[in-house]
Amino acid sequence: MSYEGSFRVWRGDDDAGGLVDYQVEVNDGEVVLDVIHRLQATQAPDLAVRWNCKAGKCGSCSAEVNGRPRLLCMTRMSTFSPDEVVTVTPLRTFPVLRDLVTDVSFNYEKAREIPAFEPPKGVAPGDYRMAQVDVGRSQEFRKCIECFLCQDVCHVIRDHEQNKPAFAGPRFFIRIAELDMHPLDTREGRAEAAQDEHGLGLCNITKCCTEVCPEGIKITDNGIIPMKERVVDRKYDPLVWLGSKIFRRQT
Amino acid sequence: MTSTVPASGVAAPGRARIGQGTLRSDRWWLQPLLVFLGLTAFVVYGLVRTASQSYYFVPAYQYLSPFASPCVSASCVPGSSHLGVWFGTFPPMIPLAIVTLPLLLGFRLSCYYYRKAYYRSFWLSPPACAVPEPRAGYTGETRFPLIVQNVHRYFFSFALLISALNTYDAVKAFQSPSGFGFGLGNVIMVVNVALLWGYTLGCHSCRHITAGRINHFSRHPVRYWLWQRVSWLSARHMQFAWITLGTLVLTDAYIALVSAGVIDDLRFVG
Repeated sequence: MSYEGSFRVWRGDDDAGGLVDYQVEVNDGEVVLDVIHRLQATQAPDLAVRWNCKAGKCGSCSAEVNGRPRLLCMTRMSTFSPDEVVTVTPLRTFPVLRDLVTDVSFNYEKAREIPAFEPPKGVAPGDYRMAQVDVGRSQEFRKCIECFLCQDVCHVIRDHEQNKPAFAGPRFFIRIAELDMHPLDTREGRAEAAQDEHGLGLCNITKCCTEVCPEGIKITDNGIIPMKERVVDRKYDPLVWLGSKIFRRQT
Repeated sequence: MTSTVPASGVAAPGRARIGQGTLRSDRWWLQPLLVFLGLTAFVVYGLVRTASQSYYFVPAYQYLSPFASPCVSASCVPGSSHLGVWFGTFPPMIPLAIVTLPLLLGFRLSCYYYRKAYYRSFWLSPPACAVPEPRAGYTGETRFPLIVQNVHRYFFSFALLISALNTYDAVKAFQSPSGFGFGLGNVIMVVNVALLWGYTLGCHSCRHITAGRINHFSRHPVRYWLWQRVSWLSARHMQFAWITLGTLVLTDAYIALVSAGVIDDLRFVG
């Protein structure tokens, strides 16, 4: 089945812009990115859109469809009725460059602030040995494709530009969790740094990051909340602190 | 329902200029509204019932409402003080379970699920995903009073004890005037207690305590086994949170109706 779909696509740059109406052909089995490409090919050759794999694995085509952060290549047109107007805008948490393309360099700056994996001294790459059961939790976070939809939807920075310097965001909280839970990582103080330097305390666990994750990573339950509990261990729980001093408990 | 663009946020310089705060066209307001109504209804019911100091005990079958357990005041009706009488007569409006109710309230208030629920539905922070919140300032859980949420694990410890007390109440209620017996009230109390355990043990702090804090599950197989069980419950924490609100009300309401003589307990034995 084919039909003429109604679309509103945001066109503009950081100076000005607005929603522009288009009528575009939609065919069975297509996703929103297919329609955007047809729009480029037939009516708006200068429409800027970032994309790459068309398979939900590169994280490039992040945008907002009807106000919800989505991957354009993973949003099926069959989820909309033929008479529904589909609105496509760029991510609204980051500065826009042009049309549907935003500047996500905020995320790369935050990534650089997190110290890398530190293996035990004397253990060279290739000699790492660990039980699968120990590394399973960290591996969930390795599924992240860095589409930054979780960063886009997080109200801590989406609604409060002023928090950006102090807040790393959910993508980087699971990066910290991945390292802090890693059985071979030896760096001390990751949990304290999550709270003091990366703004974990700003998160109020409203779970929007988990809702939008296209990889289905349980960002809040498996990453952020466990890290908040580890922060409590090291900063707010006097009994755990005392126990660690008396019994020299290790993890 | 529409929303306005706040002073900063999605209207901040450099971001795409879109006049509306959200372009969501679905009924995003429905869930926070339902949560608001549900939690408000429970709080109102709980306040009315605990302040009434009445119809919380059925002497013939030893049914004691969880809203009045433990009943440790001289105001308690004879037979309802399972743990003895610790205090004198309470003035009107003071809950008879004053020892436990603040701890249970603290447990639920600092619960990771309820935090999400009331931050969204009461504080609109945010009301729904990709819908702007109404306030320009935001400090999250970094300052007093919300930094106190970090004591959740202590409330969890108290909640464990209170779940044990509720279990004791449920077991003690297998009675009739002639000895052992049980009726529909027992079924309701046992189901309530089982679900309360499901909610309590699914707590994220419990998950952390069992094995979440360690990095080498392979060195702690028993703790890892426990962690897997707790993780199953924890993934359903929201469902347990809501179901137990319902079963608490059901248990209390049933006992109140039997105690007031409005209905007779449906007895299976005794």
